Amino acid sequence: MNEGALQRIFYAALGLLALLACGAGLAAAGGSGLAFALFAAMTLGGSVMCIWERSVVRSAFALMATFTGVAGLFLLLEADFLAMAQILIYVGGILALLLFAVMLTPPDLGERKLTRILAGTLLVGGPALVLGVQVARTANWFVRGAPLDGRAQGEFGSAERIGVGFLAADQYVVAFELAAVVLTVALVAAVYIARRKKADLEPDAGREGN
Amino acid sequence: MTLAGLAASVPQHGTNAINELLAGVKPDFVPVWVVPLTAIGIAIGITLAFVSVIAMFGTWLERKVAGHIQCRYGPMRVGWHGWLQPIADGVKLLLKEDMVPLGADRVLYVLAPAIVLASVLAAMAAYPLAPGFFFADIDLGIFFILAMTSTTTIGVVMAGWSSNSKWSLYGAMREAAQVVAYEIPLGISLLVPIMVAGSFNLLEVSRGQTGLWGMSWYVWPWVNPFMLPAFVLFFIAILAETKRAPFDLPEAESELVAGFMTEYSGIRWSFFFMEEYAAMFLYSVVGAFFFFGGFESPLTHFAAKFAGDGSVLYQVAAGGTLIVKGFAGVFLMMWLRWTLPRVRIDQVMTLGYKYLTPLALVCVLGAGLWEVFLAPHLPWRQYLP
Repeated sequence: MNEGALQRIFYAALGLLALLACGAGLAAAGGSGLAFALFAAMTLGGSVMCIWERSVVRSAFALMATFTGVAGLFLLLEADFLAMAQILIYVGGILALLLFAVMLTPPDLGERKLTRILAGTLLVGGPALVLGVQVARTANWFVRGAPLDGRAQGEFGSAERIGVGFLAADQYVVAFELAAVVLTVALVAAVYIARRKKADLEPDAGREGN
Repeated sequence: MTLAGLAASVPQHGTNAINELLAGVKPDFVPVWVVPLTAIGIAIGITLAFVSVIAMFGTWLERKVAGHIQCRYGPMRVGWHGWLQPIADGVKLLLKEDMVPLGADRVLYVLAPAIVLASVLAAMAAYPLAPGFFFADIDLGIFFILAMTSTTTIGVVMAGWSSNSKWSLYGAMREAAQVVAYEIPLGISLLVPIMVAGSFNLLEVSRGQTGLWGMSWYVWPWVNPFMLPAFVLFFIAILAETKRAPFDLPEAESELVAGFMTEYSGIRWSFFFMEEYAAMFLYSVVGAFFFFGGFESPLTHFAAKFAGDGSVLYQVAAGGTLIVKGFAGVFLMMWLRWTLPRVRIDQVMTLGYKYLTPLALVCVLGAGLWEVFLAPHLPWRQYLP
């Protein structure tokens, strides 16, 4: 079977699965079910595409669907601030930097070796499977009830609520500031390491001894 | 929750005018869920039409401004002073052959202009056309706009990479580097008016500046002296974000042909231009909201005084004021484009990271200290809202 046909079969199956999921969501919970199915399909489909695609840059672009889908899921949970932060940071920032890095990286030709694929699958898939089974066992499936307090009134995603909760409740602000300081230190260190020495910039510097 | 609630990004304090209008005229045999879906359709239609008209007027204005700055007239043949030129251009672009270069990544090549345009269209959902007419009164309005416009980068990088051309790729790389660098000072400089207003909501920020015949606009030094430098930083950052000269490195025509859109033609190419002009207008409107009083103008005052706050006249005056303010910003950006030479890419990076970001941080610190320690004791405090 050639590459093109395989590609077509894969995407047809992916699209079919997404359609099925949307139908199931619509049948199960109406509009919100459909929206959930759509965003879940975007998230999972994007990640499957990211693994499937042979070109690294295409994989990186597939991540956009995943990030946007996750933002949509946050939106469905009525956490708008998280949804917008997800898009601003992951799609606008991290993905752009990722693409930048991917485009500057030469392709790794040993990528498709069977041993490497097997090792990678076991290393990542094993723990993921254990985690997934654990979550599936402990989750309460199909709970329908009243939303949590304050959510339906649209207060939940408001900036004021977040700010007040952030500053008062359990003093998250200290942990947040500490994390910010740690990140800044890491950033400065990275810049220091990556920065070229002055000698590297001068073309004749190495030749002086001759 | 319905899809409508989702599209309008949940928390809505105001009324959704279209939704209410439709619910009022809905016959009994039509199911309830049709109303929000139709409202979404109409809202998308209005946004699309609005963006198209803004972009068309923008292209015409650009050519006229460029012409007059260079001591010529610009387009004169189609209509009075060439005002129908954008329509002629649109027809020409629609009729052009749709080309995909050989060796291009076809899927991404087609997808890229759509993503670029969709990002600015999504951001437009948070743009209030008038104080009483908006699609989504989002509590985190400005945050939503910044988030949505930041996805433009991905579309541009996609266009540059999928074109299979070195000029396009260079342009895309520059765009990615430039936008990531200038998003930081853009967000931080906007924090200054956000701190003074105490809100992310565009409508609330506008409400906080009304009265006193424009003397309470946030940009004035008596409100907060750090506001004017913050606005200058904001304006430089939006020039870079919208890829306008002197920061038009991603499409620098003298070195990269046309940068990331070198290989595009016809209607796909026009999507990039629609995005550019819509983004310029949107950022200018954001500047008008956070620094220059939003809906406030003498016209709005008179309309409110003689026809009342709830009247259609007031809404039209306020919406028109906003459009005029937006285009004043767009004109300023065009003026700069045809006056200043382009900077080099390393200068762009240096300016963004080494100067604008620290200066924006200083502005935030100073504005915060002013608000906490000095502002409550100012003798003119009672006159400010």
